[in-house]
Amino acid sequence: MPQVTYIEHDGTEHRIALEEGLSVMRGAVDNGVPGIDADCGGECACATCHVYVDEAWLAKTGAPGEQEASMLSFAATAQPNSRLSCQITMTPALDGLVVRLPEAQH
Amino acid sequence: MSEQQPRIVILGAGHAGGSAAAFLRQYGWKGGITLVGEEPVAPYQRPPLSKAWLKGEATAESLALRPARFYAQQAIELRLGTRVAAVDRAAKRVLLPDGSALGYDRLILALGARPRELPLPGAQLRGVLALRNIADADAVQAALRPGARLAVIGGGYIGLEAAASARALGAEAVVIEREERVLARVAGRALSAFLEDAHRARGVTVLTGAAVASIEGEGGAARAVRLADGTRIACDAVLVGIGAVPNTELAQAAGLDCAGGVVVDLAARTSDPDIYAIGDCTHRPLPLYGRSGRLESVPNAIEQAKQAAADLCGRPPPLPEVPWFWSDQFDLRLQMAGLAFTAQESVVRGSTDGPGFAVFHLDAEHRVLAVEAVNAPADFMAGRILAAKQARIPPAVLGDAARPLKDLTA
Repeated sequence: MPQVTYIEHDGTEHRIALEEGLSVMRGAVDNGVPGIDADCGGECACATCHVYVDEAWLAKTGAPGEQEASMLSFAATAQPNSRLSCQITMTPALDGLVVRLPEAQH
Repeated sequence: MSEQQPRIVILGAGHAGGSAAAFLRQYGWKGGITLVGEEPVAPYQRPPLSKAWLKGEATAESLALRPARFYAQQAIELRLGTRVAAVDRAAKRVLLPDGSALGYDRLILALGARPRELPLPGAQLRGVLALRNIADADAVQAALRPGARLAVIGGGYIGLEAAASARALGAEAVVIEREERVLARVAGRALSAFLEDAHRARGVTVLTGAAVASIEGEGGAARAVRLADGTRIACDAVLVGIGAVPNTELAQAAGLDCAGGVVVDLAARTSDPDIYAIGDCTHRPLPLYGRSGRLESVPNAIEQAKQAAADLCGRPPPLPEVPWFWSDQFDLRLQMAGLAFTAQESVVRGSTDGPGFAVFHLDAEHRVLAVEAVNAPADFMAGRILAAKQARIPPAVLGDAARPLKDLTA
């Protein structure tokens, strides 16, 4: 299974094997990685699964969709490499993906 | 440090209870956690039940709050299919119907709410359904064959979402609302009017100001809804969505303070220092609005789960939040933030005829209290931030869709 590395704001790393087709949000929630709230359960409705995609992976994860970009534009800690992790679906091409978590989701 | 680790028992394995168990581990709780639920399944997400689940677009796995292995990995003991008879506060134990008891050091009540029953003749007929849990949703889904006629009593979120799903499945839907508009208790007039039009445009019959007199049956099964004015609405099934009643009986019997909900503070503490309560069953402070009340929503369940877990783990409480809600109906994504208790003025940003719009609700001093957004996620996010800041914004500025809200939220 492809793997994702989640790096908490304090530097703690979590390397998680994630079934293809699941979202990067789901991988964090299902394995108790702190820092991703995912209040809405993956509906792109809440912007509480915000992550920073490692620069090396930006081309492969692609750009946020229109709705996602709108939500992200108001996140206090948004950066150019911000994504909502519920909108990144795991594929073999993303094996090794690295995402960093913001200090807070609000 | 005592020799035995303290045990937290959580009563209720819904979104609140399941989240509390997860947050307790995330926040470092080392003692035992036992999650007791009446339903035979581990915690799952209820919001998709009236939407993706009804339409066959969700699976038990996608619905699950956490995968089955999570509970063993996190040392969370699940006691499912278990009804609780009573809480014995003096002995600090929970009594089960089989006479056994479960001791606790701290107790979290996550008892939820149950659908309000229709107090009218015919309510017990076969085919009169409610929608709260998976079993309910499966019964509704079975009734939604193409061409079937669903009568929905109550124009609230559950009723409107179910009506939208019914249409998607090729069934007919009639929404019968007693008040003069749908969502009368929970939305502003502009949003109500927009949704009534949207539902009608997509083939739902929406009746407002329509009082139900009875449900009529044939051979024990519901066949029609009879209105007070005599109108008969033929149907194959009836969905009753007229609100929820908080499950406070256990707390009341145990002598905890209740006021239409178990009374809690901002750390989710009840009147017993060893007992917390979270989610739909609580009556909680709403500090941004200077009052208290009961919120029925997933975000609230999660927020109070955080409050309780933080307090139990000795962490600072989460900052007071802006309550928020969402709903999906047809191609419409509704996102609401804030509570419009003292609203004096409403401003529509964008056009209700356009691709998306938002309604901002302001108090007399033009403080942003709440926002209701339809296919307008940026306005929702902006409104949530402005409501948190209780920002004062001239209505003309909010209403000018050409003017970005980003500058106002900084």
